[in-house]
Amino acid sequence: MEMRQILAQELESLMKSNENIVILNADLAKPNGLGGLNKKYPDRVFNVGIAEQNMASVAAGMSSYGFIPFIVTFAPFATRRICDQIAVSICYAKQNVKIIGSDPGITAELNGGTHMSMEDIGVLRSIPGITIFEPTDNTQLKKALPQIIDMPGPVYIRMLRKTATDIFSEKTEFNLTKASIIREGTDISIFCSGIMVEEAIKAAKMLSEESISAEIINIHTIKPIDKESILKSVQKTKKAVTAENHNIIGGLYSAVCEVLAENYPVPVKPIGVMDEFGQVGKLPELKKAYKMRFQDIIETVKEIL
Amino acid sequence: MDFSSKCLQIRKDILSEIASVGSGHVGGSLSVVELLVILYYKHMNIDPKNPKTEGRDRLIVSKGHCGPAVYAVLSDKGYFDKNLLYTLNKFGTNLPSHCDMNKTPGVDMTTGSLGQGFSCAVGIAKASKLRSDNATIYAIIGDGECQEGQIWEGAMLASHWKLNNLITFIDYNKLQLDGKVEEICNVAPLNEKWKAFGWDTINVENGNSCEEIDKAILKAKSSNKPSAIILNTIKGYGVKFAEKAESNNHSMPLSQELLKEAIKELDGDI
Repeated sequence: MEMRQILAQELESLMKSNENIVILNADLAKPNGLGGLNKKYPDRVFNVGIAEQNMASVAAGMSSYGFIPFIVTFAPFATRRICDQIAVSICYAKQNVKIIGSDPGITAELNGGTHMSMEDIGVLRSIPGITIFEPTDNTQLKKALPQIIDMPGPVYIRMLRKTATDIFSEKTEFNLTKASIIREGTDISIFCSGIMVEEAIKAAKMLSEESISAEIINIHTIKPIDKESILKSVQKTKKAVTAENHNIIGGLYSAVCEVLAENYPVPVKPIGVMDEFGQVGKLPELKKAYKMRFQDIIETVKEIL
Repeated sequence: MDFSSKCLQIRKDILSEIASVGSGHVGGSLSVVELLVILYYKHMNIDPKNPKTEGRDRLIVSKGHCGPAVYAVLSDKGYFDKNLLYTLNKFGTNLPSHCDMNKTPGVDMTTGSLGQGFSCAVGIAKASKLRSDNATIYAIIGDGECQEGQIWEGAMLASHWKLNNLITFIDYNKLQLDGKVEEICNVAPLNEKWKAFGWDTINVENGNSCEEIDKAILKAKSSNKPSAIILNTIKGYGVKFAEKAESNNHSMPLSQELLKEAIKELDGDI
């Protein structure tokens, strides 16, 4: 199932039990899988037109009335385009708005450079009070949504629209503010998020054949970051690699380095977009072009060891 | 109620609070005094003892720099102690330069980044419709603020949503920070623009007349569309040196000496 279908399915069920949830989109309901929801709840799902700045502040206004608005659009328009509205109307005003940005980073594929948010986490991470969450797979998104609704305050959900590889089973425990340890290891810590989790798992399997034991930790929530899990892992491995679908400036690499620099400095190497803009391409082509494949992780791990 | 003496008193309070910190947004605060007085003392369904009463009427001052005028009225209505006015813009205050709903009792939305408060008001008016609570939502925007694209995004949506519970006042004092609106980036003709965006418009010839504003509000309340009330005001109204300073009154120094002079003038002594 595509992640957008899971989103629609879960929101529909949450809307049934919580009448304060409303959804606003800026003319991207269909691509984000919410076309059907619009028909089901015409008085709670609104297309506000192609006007993202207005959408963000309208949502803040509705939140001040007790509603829990979700605003939905592509990741670059949900973040860099409306940065000031998120900062002032939503975060500074302490409003309970949930922001969904889809197709982050290179997953925008054929929409190309204008639609590729390599900086969305960096832009939002420096705004106080916002939680930033990137679901890795459908199970994680499903488990996160009720926690996000129960937690007052702004949340940015950076999610894939299409099919994500299943990583977690239904039985896996999920806590929005705790990193998920996918594999334990002793030689290197690989902190990863989003589409890079799958690459990290492949890399770890191949590394194990060469007797290199990699620990894989999924940082699904980059803010507030789970310092404890990062430090615990690195105190054991003494070295780290980060893997993200984002500019290495401002994203996961930065966030992990901030934790380590202050508490436990060790060598850290990044996998991700090296301060470049995006371009059109299919996901495998783009992963190759930006050196974001498991082979690149293996190479980087070997460099650091 | 004698609205003109209430306006006089509010003007004195605004100037006193700004003088207590030495400078501030004098011009725009003085131009909306009559509007705030007619709203808070005649039209708004509010309870200062319970500032967050559900279903209350709300005011979003999108031109958030006019906080000093809002605070003078809120304190007079009993939302908080009048002495707090003298903490305006002092470190740790609950009365910051721009309106902050998390700091000041009675402030319905945090504003200051121009254009945003108006969109918030659109969201609030929609929320009120969804709750069917019959509240009236008022917004105040500046004429210079109409240069923000977000205003027109919000205007389009409000009429599309048929938010006839939203009444927006444009403080058309013809001046913005750097000079005359018509010379910087003309927003005229405001009437035609708002009409074209699907709003009912009312032009108030003298936007510093409580009586004229009152009539416009009564008319707007019976509309089946959102209403834009264009108030032709004078920036710095009521105080000669402020009016004379024109755009320099947007934010200006206000010494205790100038305050004394202004109060004398307002009392009719000079």
